[in-house]
Amino acid sequence: MLLMLTALSAISGLALITGFIFKEGLPIIAKVGLGDFIGSSDWYPSEGRFGILPMIAGSLEVTAGAMVIGVLFGLGCAVLLVDFVPPRAVSIIKPSIELLAGIPSVVYGFMGVVILVPFIRDYLGGPGLSVLAASIVLGIMVLPTVTSISVDALQAVPRAYREGSIALGATEWQTTHMVVLKAARSGIVAAVILGMGRAVGETMAVIMVAGNTIAVPHSILAPVRTLTSNIALEMGYASGDHRQALFATGVTLFVIIMILNTVALTVSRRRGRRAQGQ
Amino acid sequence: MLNGLSLIIGGGRGDVVNAVGSTSVQPFAEMLAQAYEDSHPDLYVDVQGGGSTAGLQAAANGLAQIGMCSRELTPDETKEFQDIVIARDGLAIVVHPSNPIEGLSLDQIRRIFAGEIRNWTEVGGPDRPVRPITREEGSGTREAFVKKVMGKVRIAREALTQESNGSVKELVRSDPAAVGYMSLGLVGGELRAVDVDGAAPTSANVLAGKYPLVRPFLFVTKGKPSEKAQAFIDFVLSPEGQKMLENEGLVRAR
Amino acid sequence: MKIHPHITQRLAVIAMWTLTASTLGVLLFIIAYILGHGLPYVTWSFLTESPKSMGREGGILPMIVGTIWVAGLAVALAAPIGVATAVYLTEYTREGRLTAVIRFGADCLAGIPSIIFGLFGFVFFAIYLGMGLSVISGALTLALMVLPTIIRTSEEAIRAVPHAYREVSYGLGSTRWQMVTQVVLKSAMPGIGTGIVLSIGRSISETAAVMLTAGSALGFPHSVLDSSRTMALHFYILSREGLSMTNAYATASVLILAILVINLAAYWLMRRFIAKVA
Repeated sequence: MLLMLTALSAISGLALITGFIFKEGLPIIAKVGLGDFIGSSDWYPSEGRFGILPMIAGSLEVTAGAMVIGVLFGLGCAVLLVDFVPPRAVSIIKPSIELLAGIPSVVYGFMGVVILVPFIRDYLGGPGLSVLAASIVLGIMVLPTVTSISVDALQAVPRAYREGSIALGATEWQTTHMVVLKAARSGIVAAVILGMGRAVGETMAVIMVAGNTIAVPHSILAPVRTLTSNIALEMGYASGDHRQALFATGVTLFVIIMILNTVALTVSRRRGRRAQGQ
Repeated sequence: MLNGLSLIIGGGRGDVVNAVGSTSVQPFAEMLAQAYEDSHPDLYVDVQGGGSTAGLQAAANGLAQIGMCSRELTPDETKEFQDIVIARDGLAIVVHPSNPIEGLSLDQIRRIFAGEIRNWTEVGGPDRPVRPITREEGSGTREAFVKKVMGKVRIAREALTQESNGSVKELVRSDPAAVGYMSLGLVGGELRAVDVDGAAPTSANVLAGKYPLVRPFLFVTKGKPSEKAQAFIDFVLSPEGQKMLENEGLVRAR
Repeated sequence: MKIHPHITQRLAVIAMWTLTASTLGVLLFIIAYILGHGLPYVTWSFLTESPKSMGREGGILPMIVGTIWVAGLAVALAAPIGVATAVYLTEYTREGRLTAVIRFGADCLAGIPSIIFGLFGFVFFAIYLGMGLSVISGALTLALMVLPTIIRTSEEAIRAVPHAYREVSYGLGSTRWQMVTQVVLKSAMPGIGTGIVLSIGRSISETAAVMLTAGSALGFPHSVLDSSRTMALHFYILSREGLSMTNAYATASVLILAILVINLAAYWLMRRFIAKVA
């Protein structure tokens, strides 16, 4: 039926994307050798050296930093919204956080360059363009994702849990951290992992505030280049092996994201099934 | 990087001259195109970026009539293309206005960007770490810098990378420890361009050949330029066109 | 010394409020900063003129037009397919292998970073299909990007339509198709509309993917095969190249205002939908 064909569009789109990215990127990985590609720190395309280890480390560090901020603020907002604030306030706060998600990444990057980077440089040291700057900017960007999925997870906890806890004499906060958070745990984990996926995938804002060096960062004040920045920075001019290497960077990124997403989906599906079962 | 890959595949209008290539040449070509269109209302010159190499590719497969290049052609490339020098651009080594350094030798510059010189005191400056800023791989400006200054020596992996002349300028302007390289014509008044090997980075010195860091801005065609392309090229090389380029800080072609 | 639970609750609530307030503070700061610096320069001539001298002077009319084309086409392509997919998943099949595969495809698609979409769009639409850097390449790429969002929100909207509506429709003798189009979809429209509106917002803000597919031409796009620069990309280029900070701020202001309007519209649509089906 026609309807079924259109419904397969999403999966066929995914297949196409996977196919083409791998097709363009795998040959160079074969040529350079997987070990050299992900293990070497030498990214010197003009010499034919394509090692993306600094970028992998960069993406991981920046994402970890982003999640510290994203989870702290995101989960904090979520808990507040679900159990500690009257509906009137929710109708103002929740859309505002969603608005945060709508601001273009280039605006975030710009604000980072104009406000955050000079601040870090003048008061904390280093060039300002740093893991810290990227983590803060990314943390703010993934916060809405963490919040909205966490809110769903927290709201899905049956009222009976909360009422039972209060009936036993607990305060709301005790209920929250001893009962509700535990019950919503897998949903929150899913929120965090999906947030991670978004942080790993962000490009424009990171290019503007991270410094883009090809050295593995040794502190949070050191500049860094992520996998996404690597692609976007050099894609415009690249040709031949260089361009293939950028696609191969894309392949690496793709694999990382797929792993993260599959974990998140499995965790949240399990939560769904468990909630239904009970 | 900023203008992405501008291979024009398909599309394009009949009486359009397509100029594709170096993002360093692009602002000047754009300005000239606008002036040209003002005096020739039926003609349209479409200028896109993409980098010197992309420009050559576009010229090679006929997708652009003019490839814009901000470096000299390699011996292989001269066999395939015809190049016309439309202007010369100095490559400025820029530092923060508070940096007292007046000049550097080519050797010092190379060692700074290679990461060997780590503090400004080593070249007679204040006690600050040196932070070199480079352009991304594939940029014509970077290629020119590597060719003229670095030679076979690698740029330090700790060098900050920015993706445009503008962002290099902005970074050097705000960070007292920074040093970068950029198109001389775009430096403006907020930064200091240091002397190189004793020669001040002025247009006069570039024209006289005294300033060592110079690169040609080329319009490259595959074979003889088309009639419309030639008309635009003639305009660019005319006294009027050359004056416009000079006003923007470039050095005339001849 | 054991701290009284009511005190810990107070502290926790204060902490959460601090987190939430700072999050909202960041949002307000960004909006105020951009609008404060840019709104004075958003004049009628700015909105209706073309850029001169690489964007140093003049306006952003081609960018506005280009953005509308790219985002509008993207959503126009994705919406029918997305809604059809959602209809198929909810009304025409039972939960099983096929639906799981389709959902998996949509969820994975949702997690792919924008730069990967850009790489794919570049190599598939621009080169392989020969569309070049153009409005249509950008629109097709963005359509794939927003498809999962439309599928997800449409599905939720359709599921929220009370069963009673469907039963009444069948009771009156309608076919499934009639029931779906005339009853379910009509009721679900505001909810579906929310997803579509949010997708428009996402398309407008996107930079990495359009950079590699729609290109960055300054001129007017006269056809879908022409390259065009969107507002977000223009803002990025203006601010990075230092061509004109006032124009950069003004462009960003237009973007932010558009996002505000879009989010308000989505919010309003959502409330209408909830009122309708609750």
